[in-house]
Amino acid sequence: MSQVQLRVSALTKTFGGFNAVEDVSFDIAKGKVHSIIGPNGAGKTTMLNMLTGVYEPSRGTVELEGQDITGLAPHALAGRGMARTFQNLQIFFNMSAIENVMVGRHLHECAGWLAAMLRFPRLSAGERESRRESAELMRFLGLDDYIDADADAMPYGALKRLEIARALAGKPKILLLDEPAAGLNATETREINALIMKLAHSGITVVLVEHDMHLVMDVSDHIVVLDYGRKLCDGSAQMVRNDPRVIEAYLGSEEFTPC
Amino acid sequence: MKWMTPRTGGLALLAALVLLLPLGMVNNYWYEVAIQVGLNAIVCIGLNLLIGYAGQISLGHAGFFGLGAYGSAILSTRYGVPPALAIVCTTVAVAFLALLVGRPILRLKGHYLAMATLGMGIIISIVIVTEDKFTGGPDGMSVPALTLFGLEVAGERVWYWVVAAALVITTALALNLIESPMGRALRALNGSEVGARVSGIDATRAKVGVFVLSAVFASIAGSLMAHYSGFITPGKASFFHSIELVAMVVFGGMSSTFGAIIGAMALTLLPQLLTVLKEYEMVVFGGVMVVTMIFFPRGFLPSLMLLLARKRK
Repeated sequence: MSQVQLRVSALTKTFGGFNAVEDVSFDIAKGKVHSIIGPNGAGKTTMLNMLTGVYEPSRGTVELEGQDITGLAPHALAGRGMARTFQNLQIFFNMSAIENVMVGRHLHECAGWLAAMLRFPRLSAGERESRRESAELMRFLGLDDYIDADADAMPYGALKRLEIARALAGKPKILLLDEPAAGLNATETREINALIMKLAHSGITVVLVEHDMHLVMDVSDHIVVLDYGRKLCDGSAQMVRNDPRVIEAYLGSEEFTPC
Repeated sequence: MKWMTPRTGGLALLAALVLLLPLGMVNNYWYEVAIQVGLNAIVCIGLNLLIGYAGQISLGHAGFFGLGAYGSAILSTRYGVPPALAIVCTTVAVAFLALLVGRPILRLKGHYLAMATLGMGIIISIVIVTEDKFTGGPDGMSVPALTLFGLEVAGERVWYWVVAAALVITTALALNLIESPMGRALRALNGSEVGARVSGIDATRAKVGVFVLSAVFASIAGSLMAHYSGFITPGKASFFHSIELVAMVVFGGMSSTFGAIIGAMALTLLPQLLTVLKEYEMVVFGGVMVVTMIFFPRGFLPSLMLLLARKRK
């Protein structure tokens, strides 16, 4: 594999004696699309939560560009270029759509308390810049119609893209998407497909957790298959598709299939 | 240039109201009530930043109000510190205390945070009542008058302008904060804490920050109250006053700075108006609260704005 950006080594997460993820290791290469797949309960979202600091790993290490980032808080990881979306949306419904995206720029904004309360001139300038860039990002994601909308007035598909816009607003190196196509229709899924390709081309590494196998096989450069919290195998889409262990995990073992 | 935003427009309206109000106030009683409203409003603006915007409850803010009052009183009476300096010292000390207390308790969420802040408020209140060597205990203590720039601040009419200025400044600071990256971070924490954290917001820092800020506002209002009334008792630091403050914020409308002011106004004026009802006062007061929350579930001001917006459509 080309240049390793993120190295996951023997990562384990234990919930009260139960190993949700156990001894999983894989490498993630810069600018590629990586998918993590597996049946329900395989530990995909737990893996994503550990990579973004939402859960603290029980054992194992994560290295980003050679630096140990295991167990850092989510905001610290965001500062190092990790951004994510959620399977069950984590939108700020108490805010407007564009403000949601502006929150994504938090690390690039002038965020002092005193500067805010006394409204220093550089803060006002930053606000205008923030609003402009966020609107631009929303247009890039096809959210032109919702720039002035309240988040709680937006349809589901638009909210999924809004969350991606918020993640991209932080100018991440690695974007982790948790089931971006879940609940979307065929057209919307195609748009997500095109978006992932576009992002990878622009140099952003994408880590995708997804159930839609057409999407996964189409966009992925590299796939990690998890089953019962363990890594079953990893490799190119072609390799994974033909691996008998993967087929067994998804369809059950051959002995049990009726003739 | 767009200068008439809701922020500047609302602030201009408040300033105009505060300037014109004395025209309608015929005697000192009115000034007294207006000062009371103003001081409560300052506390509520801070408390609303914490509860309404950041979504963190506190049932102990009367404690900070009490510390502001007693800190200023003790420093100026027992140690001869000039009152203006006493207010500054007290504010700094309360900020530091809030920082110390805030770090561990703001890890808690929801009901647990409510319990922890409740406990904090009760401890402060007990300390004020029992440390009678310093505080005079339940009998209270007298407080010297405030002098600003060599002039003694005395009389309702002068105090009105001091409190009015403090209220307008507090409002401006709060409005500025909310329309800033930090303000968005606070609202984001309320919307989805995990969403905020992965967006790069240090949740602990933001929560502790707004907790300290709200404690500072409460403390300053407490100090002003002490020097204004010249005599303080532990009542204003009590648990009941904490609940009263939260009720003001909820009544006026959470996550609305002007709502907090209206809530403070309504719940300060209402008992004054209802005194004519004598023994039925509290019954009617409670009834008004219940009816308001049923018909204005988001609090008075936000529900009213929503209603107007719908009418316009």
